[in-house]
Amino acid sequence: MRPDNDTRPAGHQHDHAGRHVHDHVHRAAGEPSGAAAGQVPRIGIGGPVGSGKTALVAALCRALSGELVIGVVTNDIYTTEDADFLRRAGVLPAERIRAVQTGACPHTAIRDDISSNLDAVEQLEADFPGLGLVLVESGGDNLTATFSYGLIHRQIFVIDVAGGDKVPRKGGPGVTRSDLLVINKTDLAPLVGADLAVMDRDAAGVRDGRPVLFTSLTADGGAAPVADWVRATVAKLAGTPTRG
Amino acid sequence: MVSSLLLLLLDSRAPAGAHGHSGGMESAVTAGLVADVADVQRFCRFRLRTSGPAAAAFAAVACDLWRAGPGDTPGSDAAARWAELDGEFGARVASPASRAASRQLGSGLRRLVRSMAPEADLVTPWRLVPGPAPHQPLVLGAAVAIADGDARLAALAAALGTCTVPASAAVRLLGLDPYAVQGVLAGLGAEIDETGRAGAQCAAGSSREPDRPGLAESGGLARYAKLPARAAPALDLLADVHARSEVRLFAS
Repeated sequence: MRPDNDTRPAGHQHDHAGRHVHDHVHRAAGEPSGAAAGQVPRIGIGGPVGSGKTALVAALCRALSGELVIGVVTNDIYTTEDADFLRRAGVLPAERIRAVQTGACPHTAIRDDISSNLDAVEQLEADFPGLGLVLVESGGDNLTATFSYGLIHRQIFVIDVAGGDKVPRKGGPGVTRSDLLVINKTDLAPLVGADLAVMDRDAAGVRDGRPVLFTSLTADGGAAPVADWVRATVAKLAGTPTRG
Repeated sequence: MVSSLLLLLLDSRAPAGAHGHSGGMESAVTAGLVADVADVQRFCRFRLRTSGPAAAAFAAVACDLWRAGPGDTPGSDAAARWAELDGEFGARVASPASRAASRQLGSGLRRLVRSMAPEADLVTPWRLVPGPAPHQPLVLGAAVAIADGDARLAALAAALGTCTVPASAAVRLLGLDPYAVQGVLAGLGAEIDETGRAGAQCAAGSSREPDRPGLAESGGLARYAKLPARAAPALDLLADVHARSEVRLFAS
């Protein structure tokens, strides 16, 4: 059975018969004091440099800002251009974008020492009481970079077909453990000789039923399936009773 | 005897947010002032001699203040003392960007302490201190006290931090040999130890200052006024330039 938020494009669907489809995260006891149930939903967006993280953030803001007040924390080297890019997306005022400097260690800032990101998220929550979603965009890193669940509730890992169709097979925690794997730039597949069916099969093989979505973010509405996933995820998180 | 809790708190791997700060190193590198290992040594020594004494002394005073508990002497309760100490430290940091960074680092360290010593009340004593958190040396002093360390150790840790933060940033920014930089830090050891010792001594002196009646009316600034206050105008200016620069890897 596929979850109703699994909107992979036709031709890239798998039944994953017999697998338990996760839409929640198993966490060890004694989880850290960061992201907890009952808070504003926080979704991390990670992935290698150039895979389309900022484009996804912009597209999600465009798709969801009519229904949710969104705040963004960005960990990439944040220039006026980046801010303009998000502002041009037309829907995110500058004051709802916060930049965190990671000391040249983007990895550390989202996983091992999340304090600066937590400060930024909490400040956004304090400044905008109506906040409905916080997106935390990691700096461009490699396949081993994942978010700590002390910082976010769910994470999306973005790779692209231009990196080669072998990437899902290589695995790494981003590909295997993320709550949603987005494989972007499907429009480039014929140009780089990437086989989407191979990528889908390999990703399914290492993800234990967790969803995979193929996107072409440059196309109009290209992020719609991801937006649907985010919408469903936010609804579930917001409905979770507060811990304690 | 040093406790494992204390070692954990002072471990550079503990998540206190310091990895995102360079203690002025990034702006110095960008300005072309630091380019190699010898420059790193000069920079760290300079920082130790300017920021070091105040950081050490304030951490030591904070440690003693925390150990003294929430005591309530006429005209000056603990929260007022913390606010006074915090204000005095802020007055020693000329750059607004550096003051902001210091509170940010204080916030990161407070978050760490909260996770490791959940029974400690980190709200009441600091309720009169401006947000987001007290300046870092104050939180450091309190953290050392909570982990059963003394003022001497708090001062030493603060002095060491004025060197380790820029040194580790230099390794990342300039691709320096980390062993060479570690050697530089070890070479500064005697001076770091001395800065810590002197800081703890200043703190002991200030603790002996009596709570004179009328202190609160005079703004309460007398008690901690004698603590070290050395300036580094170049670093202050660079810090403010850095905060406005478009491409930066470190928060400060």
